[in-house]
Amino acid sequence: MSDNLVKPENFLFGESEKDALELDCGKKLHSVNIRYETYGELSPDGTNAVLIQHALSGDAHVSGKHAPDDKKSGWWDEMIGPGKYLDTNKYFVVCSNVIGGCAGSTGPRSINPKTGKLYNMDFPVITIADMVRAQKRLMEHLKIKKWLSIVGGSMGGMQALEWAIDYPDLMESVIPIATTARLSPQAIAFDWVGRQAILADSNWHDGNYSEGDTQKGLSIARMLAHITYLSDESMKNKFGRELQDSPSYSFAFKRDFTVESYLEYQGQRFTERFDANSYLYITRATDYFDISAKADGDLAKALEPVKCHFLVVSFSSDWLFPASQSEDLVKALLKNQCEVSYCEVQSSYGHDAFLLEVDTLGKMISDFLHNRQEAVRGR
Amino acid sequence: MVDKLKQQLSKRPDILTINKIIPPDCRVLDLGCGNGVFLKLLELEKNVRGLGIELSQDKIMESIATGISVIHGDLNNKLDFADDYSFDYVVVSNTLQEVKRPDHLLQEVVRVGKKALVSFINFANIKTRSQLFLKGTMPESKNLPYHWYDTPNIHLATIRDFRDLCSSLNIKIIKEIPLGKNNFLAKSLPNLFAANCVFEITKLEK
Repeated sequence: MSDNLVKPENFLFGESEKDALELDCGKKLHSVNIRYETYGELSPDGTNAVLIQHALSGDAHVSGKHAPDDKKSGWWDEMIGPGKYLDTNKYFVVCSNVIGGCAGSTGPRSINPKTGKLYNMDFPVITIADMVRAQKRLMEHLKIKKWLSIVGGSMGGMQALEWAIDYPDLMESVIPIATTARLSPQAIAFDWVGRQAILADSNWHDGNYSEGDTQKGLSIARMLAHITYLSDESMKNKFGRELQDSPSYSFAFKRDFTVESYLEYQGQRFTERFDANSYLYITRATDYFDISAKADGDLAKALEPVKCHFLVVSFSSDWLFPASQSEDLVKALLKNQCEVSYCEVQSSYGHDAFLLEVDTLGKMISDFLHNRQEAVRGR
Repeated sequence: MVDKLKQQLSKRPDILTINKIIPPDCRVLDLGCGNGVFLKLLELEKNVRGLGIELSQDKIMESIATGISVIHGDLNNKLDFADDYSFDYVVVSNTLQEVKRPDHLLQEVVRVGKKALVSFINFANIKTRSQLFLKGTMPESKNLPYHWYDTPNIHLATIRDFRDLCSSLNIKIIKEIPLGKNNFLAKSLPNLFAANCVFEITKLEK
């Protein structure tokens, strides 16, 4: 089989005052670029469009390769592609980078059109709803009338929920995976510590660091966050108490354990592809995420506008967005007489399971989408 | 499609009996919905809005493939996702005997459903009785295909037991439909000859 090659696209809007993107913080964002990728073809009846939402550190490159000699494929390549669970021979798949991100869409390291310099900390604080509002523009640009489904894990699931409330007529279904309707104080706390590491980095320079600066703070933030994506069991299985380089302890504070080496590597690698300022802005957006806030904390009331079908998936060992938070969402949806299916998948992978339990998740998504499309076409 | 689904359910006379009772256009909760085929049948044949509850991940996945709404849930817990009388019918087919406290589940069932349809294996059936009486071993049969030590059926009961429980829980029995190979005998002496029984019940208002 030939490589599934894909070309990243850009959609620019908001050049005029009228067209600018209004943000929850009250400011407006001008000259907004959305980096996106599409796979497959939109069917003549328009019933096969699926929007994929990436998580905190993801990007628009969800499947395939940009060039045949790319070492790595898109971040959900096992799930999405020709003949895969989310079959791009059958569905038209769209994935876009969130605003505030650092993988092609407008973010803090973009040029501020007013000053001609990088935004850095002048970038407005954005929310999940802002990200979704920007995506809605992309949807119009792509002339998609209605999504068959909006699928996302973790922060991607938050965007999926936001879509269902803000634009209830624009999708047949949503699939929020390993996510929550409101970020827990525990998750907010981890975000806070991660950001403190960035802010305390002497090379951060109030966000005005230059390209070659080391991003030690960002790597510490990533190491901390990475622990929250694993589980006690998966760490035991993966690392045990193994020592990395030497058969005995160093009796010093350099890394001894495999787990330390792993985290160091993950932290370092992250700084090569991610931006410290984006990390600040995106984690802040998730902190502010609480769909019940507008309804005085009443989740069911907040979900009243919702019209679409739901497939909610959680993972048994996820302690960052535990199953109980998905259950709260499901209960609120049921209270509103919504059509909802829910599965807590047994997995030892922790929060990361949403990327690793591909076969279980893939079969569910594939069957669910198939039935949704049949129902739409049968109408 | 409907015929195909009925064919799949042909070995479950209790479900086919329950199917005859459920009217069109209502809201049904199926506790222990398995692969979801029964709810799919109700949806196609009677325009029923269904919701299944299932504990097994494999069966949840089968239900999603069947195309019904299914929720991961443990019937040993309260049905706290559902408001009082939020379903027209709650179906509990051959499931009651597997939960830790059938009495607690029954109370929840008549709370969330205006009516409920409960079926279970009648342990006082002549075949079961005679195995226990003549062989002196715990009964095994097509309906009870387990050994005493590995059976999920931890609370087997008889028709008479069920009637007594309903009475003590203030539950009204609207209808009782005994099922057996010999229909005449099952109807005349249900506790002795019915292999299975479907009860239609509701909460008795004080």
